[in-house]
Amino acid sequence: MTSTPRARSQTTVPLWRDVRFLEIAAQVVVVVVIGLVVWFMVSNMISAMNQRNLGFGFSFLGRQAGFEISESPIAYSSRDTYGTAFLVGLLNTLFVSFLGIILATLLGLIVGVARLSPNWLVARIAAGYVEIIRNTPLLVQLVLIYFAVLLQLPSVSDSITIGEGFFLNQRGVYVPGPQVSGGFGIFIASIVIGIIGLIVANVVAGRREDAGKPSYRMRTIATAALFVLPVLGWFAAGGQPLTFDLPVKERFNFAGGLRLSPEFSALLFGLVLYTAAFIGEVVRGGIQAVRRGQLEAARALGFTEGQTLRLVIFPQALRIIVPPLTSQYLNLAKNSSLAIAVGYPDLFKVGQTMANQTGQPVPVLIMIMGTYLAISLFTSLLMNIYNRRVQVLER
Amino acid sequence: MTAESIRPPRTVIGPIAWLRENLFSGPISSIITIVLGALLVWVAIQVGQWALTEARWNVVSNNLRLFLIGQYPADQAWRLWAAMAVLSVLAGASAGVHGLASRMLAVTLSAIQLLLAVLMLFSPIGITAVAAYAFNAAIVWVAMVAGFRGLVPRRPLGWAWIVSLPLTFYLVSGFAGTPLESISSNVWGGLLLTVLLAVVGIVLSFPLGVILALGRRSELPVLRILSTGYIELIRGVPLVTILFMADIILPLFLPGEWRLDRIARAMGGITLFSAAYVAENVRGGLQAIPSGQIEAAHALGLGGVQTNRYIVLPQALRAVIPANVGLFISLLKDTTLVTIIGLLELLGISRAVLAQSDSFGASLEVYVFIAAVFFVLSYAMSQASYRLERALGVGTR
Repeated sequence: MTSTPRARSQTTVPLWRDVRFLEIAAQVVVVVVIGLVVWFMVSNMISAMNQRNLGFGFSFLGRQAGFEISESPIAYSSRDTYGTAFLVGLLNTLFVSFLGIILATLLGLIVGVARLSPNWLVARIAAGYVEIIRNTPLLVQLVLIYFAVLLQLPSVSDSITIGEGFFLNQRGVYVPGPQVSGGFGIFIASIVIGIIGLIVANVVAGRREDAGKPSYRMRTIATAALFVLPVLGWFAAGGQPLTFDLPVKERFNFAGGLRLSPEFSALLFGLVLYTAAFIGEVVRGGIQAVRRGQLEAARALGFTEGQTLRLVIFPQALRIIVPPLTSQYLNLAKNSSLAIAVGYPDLFKVGQTMANQTGQPVPVLIMIMGTYLAISLFTSLLMNIYNRRVQVLER
Repeated sequence: MTAESIRPPRTVIGPIAWLRENLFSGPISSIITIVLGALLVWVAIQVGQWALTEARWNVVSNNLRLFLIGQYPADQAWRLWAAMAVLSVLAGASAGVHGLASRMLAVTLSAIQLLLAVLMLFSPIGITAVAAYAFNAAIVWVAMVAGFRGLVPRRPLGWAWIVSLPLTFYLVSGFAGTPLESISSNVWGGLLLTVLLAVVGIVLSFPLGVILALGRRSELPVLRILSTGYIELIRGVPLVTILFMADIILPLFLPGEWRLDRIARAMGGITLFSAAYVAENVRGGLQAIPSGQIEAAHALGLGGVQTNRYIVLPQALRAVIPANVGLFISLLKDTTLVTIIGLLELLGISRAVLAQSDSFGASLEVYVFIAAVFFVLSYAMSQASYRLERALGVGTR
């Protein structure tokens, strides 16, 4: 009896009022329309390319690039292929993004905490910094730093000296350069072993404690080992695995040290200053979101200021901070494409040169966009893993 | 406890107590205050000295017309004043009738035009332009008072806003063969182009973003997958790649005889980019609607479209207004990126200014001026958003 009316209604509803039919029809129409638009565009592109006698494809990647790139972490000359040139651009982007993320996080943490400082002057200076940076475009900041500051610096002979081994002049920023000797691998290995040991000790001790067995102070021992091992490694490597080579001023140039080009310095400096302001706000929001009762409870239990911050506030603030922090990291990586405005040869700038020279903008753009997408996805994957760890720590 | 052992309480109010509390609460705090204070004074003196004695601000004031309107013909500038006057009257009237959001828009519009008038006083642009902007700044308030008094009917006001869009566009760009001669968008530049790009981006990306957000939450798999794919693709790549696509690739995709001008393509690129971010904001608002609201709507017999139109969207959009204002501030700042594809908006025109022989070496002055313009505009927007957030009581109801 109950099923009959429903069955009848199914048969009597006309097709154009049947929701299921309409849903399918709507989707089919959308797919057909989008398919037609894409087909229209692609066929236009192919005919345009044929008119210029350019096939569509990625075969140009194996050809000789024929243009120089001003700075590269790997050996590159204009005789190398377009593929190598693209790789250089990618490595430059990754390098500046990685360094930028680390420095921006440190500065952002300082700014965020400073904004909550009980000292009025500190809080106001931090707030002023955040407001100025956040309300002006990054591109304006970059060209200001590059054209109006770094390129206006004095010539090599009148370099500005900031302490031992730091020089500023038109040709860039000179800093002490790390020099690696043969035993550096042993030193690094000792640090890595120490870190792995601490992680293993943490996991094992945690399991034993959960099972009610004594953990024999494994964590303390592993932490001590983390500090002792590198010292041993330092001596095992023959005393000086890592030294710093100070730049020395000669008559016309500097010898030794590490030269950061004005382009790289401007981009890194701009990205760090800009992103740090946003990270500062993220950190401030995270700390303020921890309930006041937590702070009071920690004080009541006799925690010191430092312990309260480290053991009570930060672990809880971190849960709130990590997701917006991830999007700030992604923004920094994407914003590094503004390198083109100051002439740093990143992924986008090298890609644009390639597109101009080969007359193949479409495949080059697909490569550029695909690479940025991959960087974004990889960064959010890493941060999601970290986020999950932080969330698990919650009790 | 005897009376002698109780010391008089320290002052807890007044400037001395404030200083002790906030600047000299302990030895470390005192040292930080003194060091930072000294540093701040030193920086302020250096900056003040540069700004008042060394800086050649005449490079900015002599080229103010370029910074404001680019190559837009000077004898046609009255059309821009007229367009601004239309917007000023409407914003003022709306502020009088509705209050709140439109009041902030009106006050900002008035303040910015007043600022422009003052800036122009120091430039060779001429007194007519100063008078025009001062007049515009004033009629905002006249219209607002008229709105307060109930002299402005509500319904025609809404229509006037809709009509004002094509009207202002016609005033700015003109049309061949009509009383207002056509002005090619090639000559649009400076602040005019910055504002046009931002306004068009905001107006167009908002509805597109709402559609994408609804699509992402749709029960129809094709719509959901397409919307999600679009949003994630756009959010994963930098804006310059989108602008590059709009500038170089889009003409390849269209038949050779279809010529879209460069500014229209840049506007399209900015809109498509921004829509993905609007969509994510709106999705946040949609998710915040309790499912009871939707069930209640269904129980009352509302269909899918009606539920969205009357129940879900009004609540969701109100909740995401502050987040969207934040987004629109970034959009305003992001318009500077069109200089990379060669458009002469505020930052792009600075290159033309700095290329003149008599402004050689004045790059700091020019860039500081541009940064200041953006600061005023985005700071006004962020303050408006902050007030709006409190007035709407987002998060407190």
